Amino acid sequence: MADFLQAFHTALRLIVTFDPRLVEIVLLSLRVSLLAVAIASVIGFAVGGALAVYRFPGRGAVSAVLSALMGLPPVVAGLFVYLLLSNTGPLGVLQLLYTPTAMIIAQVVLVVPIIAALTRQACEDLLEEYDEQLRSLGASSSAIVATLLWDGRYRLITAVLAGFGRAIAEVGAVMIVGGNIDHVTRTMTTAIALETSKGEIALALALGIVLLLTAFAVNGALMSVRRFASRLAYA
Amino acid sequence: MTLHLDRRTLVGFSLALVIGLGVAVPPAAQAEDKFIVVQSTTSTQNSGLFEHILPKFKEKTGIDVRVVAVGTGQALNNAEKGDGDVVLVHSKPDEDKFVAGGWGVKRHDVMYNDFIIVGPGSDPARIAGLKHAAEGFKKIAAAEAPFASRGDDSGTNKAELKLWQDAGIDPKPASGQWYLETGSGMGATLNTAVGKQAYTLTDRGSWLSFANKDDFKVLVEGDPKLFNQYGVILVNPAKHPNVKAKEGQTFIDWLTGPEGQAAIASYKIDGQQLFFPNAGPPS
Amino acid sequence: MLDQTPPNETKASVNGHGPLLPLELRALSFEANGRRVIDRLDLTIDEPGITVIMGPNGAGKSVLLRLVHGLIAPTGGEVFWGGKRLDRELARRQAMVFQKPVLLRRSAAANIWHALGLRGVARSDRAIRVGDALKLAGLERRATTPARVLSGGEQQRLCLARALSLEPDILMLDEPTASLDPASTLAIEELLIDAQRRGIKIIVVTHDVGQARRLARDVVFLHHGRIVEHQAARNFFEQPQSDTARAFLAGGLVL
Repeated sequence: MADFLQAFHTALRLIVTFDPRLVEIVLLSLRVSLLAVAIASVIGFAVGGALAVYRFPGRGAVSAVLSALMGLPPVVAGLFVYLLLSNTGPLGVLQLLYTPTAMIIAQVVLVVPIIAALTRQACEDLLEEYDEQLRSLGASSSAIVATLLWDGRYRLITAVLAGFGRAIAEVGAVMIVGGNIDHVTRTMTTAIALETSKGEIALALALGIVLLLTAFAVNGALMSVRRFASRLAYA
Repeated sequence: MTLHLDRRTLVGFSLALVIGLGVAVPPAAQAEDKFIVVQSTTSTQNSGLFEHILPKFKEKTGIDVRVVAVGTGQALNNAEKGDGDVVLVHSKPDEDKFVAGGWGVKRHDVMYNDFIIVGPGSDPARIAGLKHAAEGFKKIAAAEAPFASRGDDSGTNKAELKLWQDAGIDPKPASGQWYLETGSGMGATLNTAVGKQAYTLTDRGSWLSFANKDDFKVLVEGDPKLFNQYGVILVNPAKHPNVKAKEGQTFIDWLTGPEGQAAIASYKIDGQQLFFPNAGPPS
Repeated sequence: MLDQTPPNETKASVNGHGPLLPLELRALSFEANGRRVIDRLDLTIDEPGITVIMGPNGAGKSVLLRLVHGLIAPTGGEVFWGGKRLDRELARRQAMVFQKPVLLRRSAAANIWHALGLRGVARSDRAIRVGDALKLAGLERRATTPARVLSGGEQQRLCLARALSLEPDILMLDEPTASLDPASTLAIEELLIDAQRRGIKIIVVTHDVGQARRLARDVVFLHHGRIVEHQAARNFFEQPQSDTARAFLAGGLVL
């Protein structure tokens, strides 16, 4: 117990003094996950909105697959992207393996199904109310998608936050495609795994605390958005 | 009084955030910096050796060395796929096979250290002070005392399996009972060993730098069979044109040359040297 | 009856694009879940003013309106506007207001702005039309209020104002005041009368006999998916020609 308290105390000191190792790792994690979520959002909104509005054969199957992919294990996503980017893989020429870009790609693969499936659900719910009126106003399908996406913006923000929560907390995907290289591809999660395996409990704890705080912040933001939205009857 | 998100503000803000992120937070090493990827082992990484010697190399040559730390088997595998420029591992038979297969250019000795058997202070199998590691393994098997194995095709794992062979024992049938295969790196395996009060074979470097020893002690050491040789090989650019042969060779030359060797020798934990440089002519 | 003097012609018949009237339904049918909701219906509407479609609940009035507007496709028969089948260009000259107000999650003004955008109205014109529409509906002071926070009556007025801002030739309404209080109902009815005076052809579905009396120029009485009567309003209310209509007007339950 004394060891643990000691480690905890050291961890807090590392955080409060903005230890440069800690800061570098945290910033990289944020950069990778925020960029991945931004890209995944653009793709996810478009796919989710289109799925809700356009009718085409196989639509039900695509929706089902997308919902199932929400539960894609991060390590599987990592493996998949690794096979693509490896030098013997189809995209090997891009030389992206072991770079932050590879990690972003892997997290995009992980997060797109989440955002797309939640967007589809939100748009379908909205469509139930709006479909007749929008068609009466003469909206084309693409105009309907755009209208629904903006109208459902608070639910979409929720989807984005959910996606970010998943990305920032996963270790499997970034470990495999990033290689946990010091100063290059070492994120909070991979660093925690490494430092723990080295017995460096203080640094691991510090990272863990920051990660936890990030998760709390995301949840807090989620709740504020929901409250704000219902106040305006925009929920 | 009412506040609702103006579409232009929201879109503009989001765009600024994304662009700002992509640009302002500098990635540690840009593509413009020269760099090579070295496939190496977890034991070397966990020992902290790389943090000690690589900055010296970077200062001298400006080349950034990016280490991907996996087990020896996986490192050689990755190199065969061309996902690395240099390999630095510790399993001579596999390294020779790698070069013979045309995947590597030439194998050079770099440094050595030794393996040790560590175990709980209580030493249930009574192996402390034995001169021969295989004998220790025999007693552990006889006592069915818990033993944590890397189980990951690493150099350490291969050395451990060789010792079981020398002892005339096959531990695999007991896998999951007293023989625990973690499939993990050295650090994680040490954590498991300590947690389970199990014996384990580890390289001295990882042990010295491991921060979670509990009451564990070094029980068997000094057996010549515990000698642990590290080798470095340039991945063959003829097989994979993307290999940075020039920078890779620069690294190998430095590592096996006087400066690299001195850097290795100067790495100490609590005054104890972890790795002993022994580069000679290529073997 | 409220004072209403319809013009001799509707905009629908003088607009440069050609007349929208007469509206002709020929052998129109609609089946759903094995049930004939609209049953080989024939109807011609070619007079200006307000046409009221009435009938007991379940008669098929809402479905009929949606078939006419093009929101659902008939399973049999045809709809003709001025001799032409419904197409994109014809659809743009129509607008519809639904029983439950449907408003987007944005301000009142933004809702009208959005609808004008969908119709391709130039940005410079939109500001004026939004202002006019809000003024017409008496909602200028609510321009920036989130539309869904408005009261039921205000929301429906906004929906009607939105429809009118599109400058339609035909305006269709499906039970527009069914859930509104009398004051709001009056406001809506006044807007409708004013609109028809400006030449817009209006078709209203209602089950409220009093409202029909106040608004209708001619009445279409529907029962079990068929037209039972179609007459000038005064004649219909004073001398209904069918038993069902008689029973309905007397306030009885018509099965």
